[in-house]
Amino acid sequence: MAGTGPTLRVEGLRTHFFTNDGIVKAVDDVSFAVDRGQTLGLVGESGCGKTVTGFSVLGLVDPPGRVTDGRILFNGEDLLTAGEERLRSLRGNRIAMIFQDPMMTLNPVLRIETQMVETVLAHQDVDRDTARQMARDAMGKVGIPSPDERLHAYPHQFSGGMRQRVAIAIAFINKPDLIIADEPTTALDVTIQGQILFEAQKLCRETGTALIWITHDLAVVAGLANHICVMYAGRIVEEGRLDDVLDWPIHPYTRGLLNSVPSQKKSGERLEQIPGMTPSPLNLPPGCAFKTRCPRADHVCDAEPELREAVPGRRIRCFHPHTQGTP
Amino acid sequence: MTPMIETRGLSKRFVKRLDLAAKIAERLGADVREEVVSAVDRVDMTVAEGEAVGLVGESGCGKSTLGRMIAGILPPTEGRILFRGVDVATMDEREGKKAALQVQMIFQDPFASLNPRMRVEDIIGEAPVIHGIVAPRDKADYVEEVMRRVGLDPDYRRRYPHQFSGGQRQRIGIARALAVKPEFLVCDEAIAALDVSIQAQILNLFMDLKEALNLTYLFISHDLGVVKHISDRVVIMYLGRVVEVADTEKLFAAPNHPYTRALLNEVPRLDLRRRNYQPVVGEIPSPLDPPSGCHFHPRCPHATRRCREEAPVLKEIAPGRLSACHLNDGT
Ligand SMILES: Nc1ncnc2c1ncn2[C@@H]1O[C@H](COP(=O)(O)OP(=O)(O)OP(=O)(O)O)[C@@H](O)[C@H]1O
Ligand SMILES: Nc1ncnc2c1ncn2[C@@H]1O[C@H](COP(=O)(O)OP(=O)(O)O)[C@@H](O)[C@H]1O
Ligand code: SF4
Ligand code: SF4
Ligand SMILES: [Mg+2]
Ligand SMILES: [Mg+2]
Repeated sequence: MAGTGPTLRVEGLRTHFFTNDGIVKAVDDVSFAVDRGQTLGLVGESGCGKTVTGFSVLGLVDPPGRVTDGRILFNGEDLLTAGEERLRSLRGNRIAMIFQDPMMTLNPVLRIETQMVETVLAHQDVDRDTARQMARDAMGKVGIPSPDERLHAYPHQFSGGMRQRVAIAIAFINKPDLIIADEPTTALDVTIQGQILFEAQKLCRETGTALIWITHDLAVVAGLANHICVMYAGRIVEEGRLDDVLDWPIHPYTRGLLNSVPSQKKSGERLEQIPGMTPSPLNLPPGCAFKTRCPRADHVCDAEPELREAVPGRRIRCFHPHTQGTP
Repeated sequence: MTPMIETRGLSKRFVKRLDLAAKIAERLGADVREEVVSAVDRVDMTVAEGEAVGLVGESGCGKSTLGRMIAGILPPTEGRILFRGVDVATMDEREGKKAALQVQMIFQDPFASLNPRMRVEDIIGEAPVIHGIVAPRDKADYVEEVMRRVGLDPDYRRRYPHQFSGGQRQRIGIARALAVKPEFLVCDEAIAALDVSIQAQILNLFMDLKEALNLTYLFISHDLGVVKHISDRVVIMYLGRVVEVADTEKLFAAPNHPYTRALLNEVPRLDLRRRNYQPVVGEIPSPLDPPSGCHFHPRCPHATRRCREEAPVLKEIAPGRLSACHLNDGT
């Protein structure tokens, strides 16, 4: 079914919220692509537009929000012109989302089995028994012991980590081409996070599913992704191969973020900090939105930097990138 | 030297009271009992003056409960807390109040812990005036001084908490704690709710304050990177019990307890790319029904019959290093 080209290509996406206080440009000219079997890490601090990007791809943005511009090409098909019915048939089938709160996926009043079987029957031409068997297999694959028993339980009978694993099992059950995971481990403990990362990684390898992993945690992305997009105030400011970006960040914001991670410094040493705070989305400074916090800012930055290829394979949005000298 | 804080056999049990339905069921002869959670189970630990001790463990293991008992805002069920060698339970009212001021707590959610209807100047200045630390007429100057200390612009003193960002609100929480001139701060996930770039600002502030005011910290966090950075020593808890205590460097270089090893293994690291995750098996058990013997045995790759039957005691395995695992009795 997939032709050539990436599983998902997003071009010049803009999603704005028309609120009473003004226009929030939550996503403002965002472009990226993810290939079959690849994992893209989408990172940035809270409010930078990660979730809205994911929701835009799935056609889940509600008023006062609206996609105002761009193209979302899924296996070559533009989802922005596809219509609600087509989107509904793709969601949960060819494209799935895993949310930070698994109860966004799970229905509290239905048994796990019912939810999984319904997800299969809605999109695949199989009988109920086959669907049941698929549900059992899916539960086993995400490491839930005694799946037969567990399938009859309700979501509240599971721990947070187990609920998230069930949500992952549901996301993978129809072997989608694309999964968007929005901070699915942020609320979980490290040992449980490790389990979930392990399962997601394994399932993607087995099924060739393209994965977009949204997180604020650079270390999680380091362990998982091939490619990374760093967002700030609704825009991608740096994009490239994971190793390149982490080893040699050239945008001042990416650099600041990486340097502020404690493990980058010797214990007890002062951390490098990015001064100030994220600007209000209703009140972005004109020109480069990072200007007020950037050590390299000057009058040139009063203009708006375009996304450009600064070194081969690396796109950034900055007038004074760290392209010279040592990493 | 006498430690600043010492706990001896400190325990907290919460009783989940029966609701009405359960009470009726009990009347009718059903076997329902009140459930007891051993949130903190006979913890012995010390914090020396000027030290930063990190307290680590998974959700629900009892970190906050232990921290709140040490901060004097939650009464223990059993055991003792000594402040500079004196049992706080035996102090008279005046001494007790003084000790209570010396130990202040900083919470995860700066918003929930700040009164939304109070101006910043009152949030910070009220307690020191009440406790006679500053005279009422010096309050404004004093508030200004404390605000500067934590990196807040004193021009904002008449604002309300909702008019600040998350990072600024955490600074207000820190200023309020510092205003009563404490010696000891219990920081409970104090930076967990903040953005990465803001976390670095607040961590730097904690380190600066430690130097400038010779503060002692109990630093509760689930983030091992943060704990490694700020702590001199680390205490690891699992299901209400302390399982390992060690100098930070030694702990991260060579963890002893199987749980500590598992935990360190799971921490995502910037330098480990596209790693193969090798997860610890199993769920965190319910504290209502903890496993017998060593609480970690259902998830431990080294568990033996002895581990299922007998709880290991926390004992010294090297100078200044404690661990609670039967493997240390090995041949
Ligand atoms: N007021 C209470 N009543 C009943 N049980 C409680 C109460 N407070 C805490 N507990 C229980 O005590 C145990 C320890 O809780 P505590 O809040 O100390 O954990 P924690 O280690 O701080 O976890 P987290 O990392 O999630 O903050 C948990 O099982 C919790 O459900
Ligand atoms: N329903 C909404 N109405 C108005 N603004 C919104 C809405 N949802 C999100 N936003 C705004 O869009 C921006 C991006 O939000 P989001 O994508 O949730 O950030 P992230 O997931 O990166 O933390 C934020 O400024 C947020 O306040
Ligand atoms: S464009 Fe200017 S202000 Fe923006 S990141 Fe680059 S140097 Fe800094
Ligand atoms: S006492 Fe036994 S079960 Fe517990 S940690 Fe040690 S080896 Fe594992
Ligand atoms: Mg989000
Ligand atoms: Mg807690």
